[in-house]
Amino acid sequence: MSAAAAEPLLALEGVHTHIGPYHILHGVDLAVAKGRITMLLGRNGAGKTTTLRTVMGLWQASAGAIHFDGRNIAGLATPDVARLDIAYVPESMGIFSDLTVRENLFLAARKGPLDSARLDWIFGFMPALKTFWLQRAGLLSGGQKQMLSIARAMVEPRRLLLVDEPSKGLAPVIIQNLIVAFKALRAEGVTILLVEQNFNFASMVGDTVAVMDNGRVVHAGVMADLIADEALQARLLGLSLDSHQ
Amino acid sequence: MSTTTPIAPATVEDLPAAPRDWMPLLLIPILILLALPLVGSFPTWATLTIAGLAMGLIIFLVASGLTLVFGLMDVMNFGHGIFVALGAFVGVTTISALGGWTASSSFALNLAAIGCAGLAAAVVAGTVGVLFERIVVRPVYGLHLKQILVTMGGMIVAEQVILALWGPEARPMMRPASLQGSFIFADIAVEKFRLLAVCLGLTIFAAMSLLLNRTKLGLLIRAGVQDREMVEAMGYRVRFLFIGVFAAGSALAGLGGTMFGLYQEMVTTAIGAQMMVLIFIVIIIGGLGSVGGCFVGALLVGLASNYIGFVAPKVNLFSSILLMVLILLWRPQGLFPVAKR
Ligand SMILES: Nc1ncnc2c1ncn2[C@@H]1O[C@H](COP(=O)(O)OP(=O)(O)O)[C@@H](O)[C@H]1O
Ligand SMILES: [Mg+2]
Repeated sequence: MSAAAAEPLLALEGVHTHIGPYHILHGVDLAVAKGRITMLLGRNGAGKTTTLRTVMGLWQASAGAIHFDGRNIAGLATPDVARLDIAYVPESMGIFSDLTVRENLFLAARKGPLDSARLDWIFGFMPALKTFWLQRAGLLSGGQKQMLSIARAMVEPRRLLLVDEPSKGLAPVIIQNLIVAFKALRAEGVTILLVEQNFNFASMVGDTVAVMDNGRVVHAGVMADLIADEALQARLLGLSLDSHQ
Repeated sequence: MSTTTPIAPATVEDLPAAPRDWMPLLLIPILILLALPLVGSFPTWATLTIAGLAMGLIIFLVASGLTLVFGLMDVMNFGHGIFVALGAFVGVTTISALGGWTASSSFALNLAAIGCAGLAAAVVAGTVGVLFERIVVRPVYGLHLKQILVTMGGMIVAEQVILALWGPEARPMMRPASLQGSFIFADIAVEKFRLLAVCLGLTIFAAMSLLLNRTKLGLLIRAGVQDREMVEAMGYRVRFLFIGVFAAGSALAGLGGTMFGLYQEMVTTAIGAQMMVLIFIVIIIGGLGSVGGCFVGALLVGLASNYIGFVAPKVNLFSSILLMVLILLWRPQGLFPVAKR
């Protein structure tokens, strides 16, 4: 992987999103480089979740373009976005609590039956899923649910993963597993857009970074540069990060 | 979308599944046993129990579709009763048209007559269901108040259409020859038709359970009831699922209408509205969106209504509501609340 900017797999241009009467996104420009992990940072309420939901078609953009692999996907219905091999791990995790761990993963495997070699690969990062394979997902702990939610996005090879605050509320050792899992996905060629509030976590996995505020991207660049520039960190991320670390 | 792929075995050893919540199921035997001293006579109690199960299973046929329709798209269809009425009238017409088969002493021909009536009812109600979804329900997705008004309005219009087609008089609905009367075991009289209704209801419940628990289509329906957005974000078109569920639910309501007509041996235009109250009680008792809960709720309502109809006929109408209140005091979300996100 060269350090030079890879071509974007996903590119948002001037995206506006309204939720009912509220104008939430005010022209988001965001490029997600192919094969890289892009971190999307920003304080609470900046519009990160709304951005991911807009890409997924869960909210419709009221203006602007969303290019995926060169094609404008703004206006597509959510299932059609997903069928471009874009996986979404929402902040709420979206676990089907009444279904078992196995059934949750089975439904995520859209193209066919579960592949056992791939499952074993996933269990390597998330052994709890193997232990609770036939349990109802509602009985899992918060961290295990987060694992399941991410595992659903890994169960078949996808091109782009949108992950919303996966580390929220997780124990440090579980976060370490997550980091390993995301890096393994990147090694597989998956492009990842990761919303995160935990700057430590972000600095460990991110290749590039974008920071949002008030419904806009206010900074975009290489992760290493942001890590090196503490003044920039303080200006962009302010108190919200201190409260996390 | 492959719909019936069995769940592939994975590499992990199969661990025992989590304990299920059996408590609500115990309510059925408890109610049955409690009724014995109230009713007093054992044969009467046994007869009432069979009648209650038959009625409960017919209510289940009608209510199961509605609970899924609500769970999947948050649509409250107050017009569901129309499929019951439609099914009942199509059933009456079919049964009369097959007079030769119903009068015959051959059990097979009698059964075929009921089968044809039920099938015709299901097909007509299912087809009207698809139209109803398109014309009446689709414009009001997500708008609860409008849903109530529009679906009730749709029901009134449809009732008038039925009046125009079949006339205002109540229609007697004759059971076929070999399904009239009762079997007598020891002192217990068991109406033959009720036995048939129990068998049919249990078969359909079993088929539905298999579908919902063992097929991809069924798992998607259950997943959609819990979190529709996530199912869509995984690439499945919940709208199509919903249309299918709406059509199947209407078809089952139509079948239930035929069976309820035969159960009462009488069909009136009011049959739909009359059943609607019971159906809502049942799906609220069961937990909105839960087919298992709907099953238990329907049996409880069917049994309670038969026991109380015998012990204290004056308060019969009140019995189902009392049952609902008691159950909601115990479990405010119903017997098997569906975990919504
Ligand atoms: N469903 C909604 N209805 C109204 N406003 C919303 C809704 N969801 C989010 N918002 C508003 O949009 C803004 C951005 O929210 P969000 O995208 O969730 O931020 P973030 O994920 O960065 O914390 C916030 O001000 C929030 O209050
Ligand atoms: Mg958020």
